[in-house]
Amino acid sequence: MLARTADNLFWLARSMERADYIARTIEATLRLEYLPKSDGDKMREWEGALNAAGAYDGYVAAHGELDEETAVEFLTFDRTNPSAICNCLENARTAGRAVRTALTAETWTAINDAWLELKRFEASHRLAQPLDRLALARFLDYVKKASLDFDGSCYRTMLRNDAYWFNRLGIFIERADNTARLLDVKYHLLLPSTEPVGGSLDYFQWVAILRAVSAATAYHWVYRDRVKPWLIADLLILKRAMPRSLISCYESIDRALDSLARDDGRSGVAQRQARATHAKLERASMTQIFQGGLHEFITAFIEDNARLSNTISEQYLFT
Amino acid sequence: MRIRISHEIAHHYAPGARMLIQNLRLTPYGFDSQYVLRWRIEVDIDSALRQSEDAHGNVVTTFSHHGAPIERLTVSAAGEIETTDAAGVVRGAVERLPAEMYLRDSPLAHVNGALRDFASEATAGASDPLDAMHRLMSELNGSMSFDPYEPDEPESAVEAFALRRGQARDFAHIFIACARFLGVPARFIGGYRAADEAGGEPGAHAWAEAYAPRLGWVAFDPTISICADQRYVRVVVGFDGQDGAFVRSAHGAAQDKVDTAIRVEQAGLQTQA
Amino acid sequence: MTEVEAFDEMGPAGDRTRALYKKVARWLEETPSDLLASRRAQAEYMFRRIGITFGVYGDKDAAERLIPFDIVPRLISRAEWRKLEAGLTQRVRALNLFLKDVYGERAILKEGIVPPELILRNPYYRPEMIGQRAPHDIWVHIAGIDIVRVGDESFYVLEDNARTPSGVSYMLENREVTMRLLPDLFARHHVAPVDDYPDLLLACLRSVAPRQDLGEATIVILTPGLYNSAYYEHSFLADKLGVELVEGRDLFVEDDQVFMRTTLGPRRVDVIYRRVDDDFLDPLVFNPTSLLGVPGLVGAYLAGNVTLANAIGTGVADDKAIYTYVPDLIRFYLSEEPLLKNVPTYRCREADGLKYVLERIDELVVKEVNGSGGYGMLVGPHATVAQREQFAAKIKADPTNYVAQPTLALSTCPASFETGVSPRHVDLRPFVLSGADGVRIVPGGLTRVALKEGSLVVNSSQGGGTKDTWIVDDVDGEA
Repeated sequence: MLARTADNLFWLARSMERADYIARTIEATLRLEYLPKSDGDKMREWEGALNAAGAYDGYVAAHGELDEETAVEFLTFDRTNPSAICNCLENARTAGRAVRTALTAETWTAINDAWLELKRFEASHRLAQPLDRLALARFLDYVKKASLDFDGSCYRTMLRNDAYWFNRLGIFIERADNTARLLDVKYHLLLPSTEPVGGSLDYFQWVAILRAVSAATAYHWVYRDRVKPWLIADLLILKRAMPRSLISCYESIDRALDSLARDDGRSGVAQRQARATHAKLERASMTQIFQGGLHEFITAFIEDNARLSNTISEQYLFT
Repeated sequence: MRIRISHEIAHHYAPGARMLIQNLRLTPYGFDSQYVLRWRIEVDIDSALRQSEDAHGNVVTTFSHHGAPIERLTVSAAGEIETTDAAGVVRGAVERLPAEMYLRDSPLAHVNGALRDFASEATAGASDPLDAMHRLMSELNGSMSFDPYEPDEPESAVEAFALRRGQARDFAHIFIACARFLGVPARFIGGYRAADEAGGEPGAHAWAEAYAPRLGWVAFDPTISICADQRYVRVVVGFDGQDGAFVRSAHGAAQDKVDTAIRVEQAGLQTQA
Repeated sequence: MTEVEAFDEMGPAGDRTRALYKKVARWLEETPSDLLASRRAQAEYMFRRIGITFGVYGDKDAAERLIPFDIVPRLISRAEWRKLEAGLTQRVRALNLFLKDVYGERAILKEGIVPPELILRNPYYRPEMIGQRAPHDIWVHIAGIDIVRVGDESFYVLEDNARTPSGVSYMLENREVTMRLLPDLFARHHVAPVDDYPDLLLACLRSVAPRQDLGEATIVILTPGLYNSAYYEHSFLADKLGVELVEGRDLFVEDDQVFMRTTLGPRRVDVIYRRVDDDFLDPLVFNPTSLLGVPGLVGAYLAGNVTLANAIGTGVADDKAIYTYVPDLIRFYLSEEPLLKNVPTYRCREADGLKYVLERIDELVVKEVNGSGGYGMLVGPHATVAQREQFAAKIKADPTNYVAQPTLALSTCPASFETGVSPRHVDLRPFVLSGADGVRIVPGGLTRVALKEGSLVVNSSQGGGTKDTWIVDDVDGEA
């Protein structure tokens, strides 16, 4: 396929996935809000959310002091924030228009509908100040649904050819990046098994992480235990059964790259890098990870993941 | 006159150019008053040079490169030409297009009101098209100042005339625009000019040709206000300086800094046997 | 303002409704207005979801607008269509022979049929193509011939479009939408299908590949990109044909061969259906500032290594001045009488024509010879005195650039609005495909409708809309 098309499909998928992730992060943070706490604590939640979205430095540079409404605005409708939901959906649609012929009608409709909805919310949002929580909740629900529609329509309607595999690569590389960031931000909450567990407040923090990745129920099915911080890390890094886990993402990334290699008749650096990361995750254990430091492990993972993204660009000649 | 020419074009690309393609119109060929003794074009990268002819009959040399980035590229054209003075009349040249086509409007040699007025005034009372062209050349030369070193170069005939200054190609464009307005087919000529005793720097040069009913194509140099003589080496014909350019190139996203070195010398007289 | 008596294709209500339209007339009468309104809304919704929008130049906010679609179909009988088809085939054959001649022998100039300066000084006459032959001598692979109907019998050719005619995607999408919107009405007629257009186009493009022996030719569609007003159509056609949609930057030329940049490396391209104008095709030969083209493309084309559809230089055939000579071209090249008439046209380049036009500017439609999209045009009867005087001055300053035609009473067809059903002026653009193996025309074409009451301007860039065109089997009692 055209190198430029592959480039667009890859980044289109990443944008839709990112929009979903930002929406979930905002939702989870809003839920934490309902807990009784000091204002200082509240702002720490938003600091965490902005960090998880990779938008903290940008926020501080643009707005300085943290406050809830500005933070929400920054993550949803602020066009100066490249990771804001509005920009994710706008970029997705621009990329989608540029590669219409590589998308099925259903997939295009999912992207286009999400964008049309964005326009509607933006229009009404401009009129409704201060923050209308109900409207915001509806909007975030909409974004999650749109991302599901997109993912689903790709999965169900696209021919299993290059276009489909570049789409999968985009989704899973972005998903792995997001899950890793989320874990990293909250990492200081997650203690190794030898440390005493914190009080009930921390419990909600941990559950918030699980909700952000729709894993609250999954957790209980896997562990049949009370929510324990180190088990959350285990679930999200090493459990194959958990769709958002790092290892599950890499299983999908591996399969996508292998399929591309099979269709093209050649394998390259990208395939080797992905296999290496996958193997590393297969061999790892939580004890080992905590020994070396969770933060260090995740940082290394995020770097490797980013490197793979660049390698894919080079190997497939994205311009 | 025997004239020796060397024309070197050095390109510096930053960042390196991954894609290069050039059309060179750097090959003179012969007609009644011009004979090519030898001529050679060289390019210092690994690339095949292909020759073709364009719509005007110019010899076009094309080469391309695609792959590893190239930072420097030098194109050299060199050779020796023997010329005679034909009082500007061009006979025996390759003519691929009917003369009437050279009445076409072209982007750089377009007339506006000011140029139309100038053309009419300059040639009022001319007895025939040839006379008109001589008057036009002389008036134009008188009205414009030759100023090739100004930083803000005019792009077209209209701009140059508004400024009343320019380089050789601007004089040529104005002449061509006016001639066409007066119903005289005219075209752009790029080439070289050897030094003369009265001064006049040797090097690359641009002038015009106009079509007179009985004589055919006659070369007029409005920059100097003479018809081309044996000092002139005719290389490329165009509707204007855009398609009459020595080099047209594309180099992807890279920036191109060009250094040109041109030598035009009168070769020593032949010794008699 | 002079009002012209227009022929209504449906005819008046009751017994005098044309037999062809009887079922449509009944449907319009019987359908309650709120149901029609809901159909209109449904149609708009469908088009918006498809994303069949277009951009209007110079209007930043209207980054994406829908071309309005009117739900009432426009009907033409099969017998009428057969006549049109024969006329269109003849006309496009003549245009191709004209182009071959004009870039070759120039016999038509030597015989004094067309004044030389119309060709030699025409900016669309490309010197680069002189002495060159288009592959299989086909220059105009895809032609859009604009037809109007005046009165019951008379079809006239209003304009030829031989460069990058657009609108076929609307023809196809209008059919899709209509079939879903009005299935019963559709089923009650026998409408000739149009959805084989993409297959026919593909066959046409394949037939002109530079080397027929080298396995399957690689065909691409070259688009100026996302921000071009017809982008939707480019991507639609690429999708339907199953070919890559490329922009200039996706292609490169090496050793006079054209390649496209794929994820697996360069892949040779054999046929380019290009929707980029000549002037922007190759910065090495035409406009040097163009970023839409491919440097070296013309070299590859002249070397015979790639076919361009339509060929370079076809603009000289769809020039409004040449239009006035097309009947003569048909006689000269085919020794046949033209089956389709030209609209009577006055040439301002001729002294008599100029005088006539200036005297009757209030009655005529005056057009720039090299204009397009309905710009550079004056509709005399609808213009103010000031506008007419302004335009007259322009004509006097540059008479060779203007031609004029009488204000035609274009036929009307019923259209559905909030205020009810009322007649609007329509034209027709059939698409004529010329391949190495002959000429094919899909039945119908794009009907364009002037949505403003009384307006004669159907161009989408100026607020016109479209309709689905039905070529239906003849009905008893109707020719």
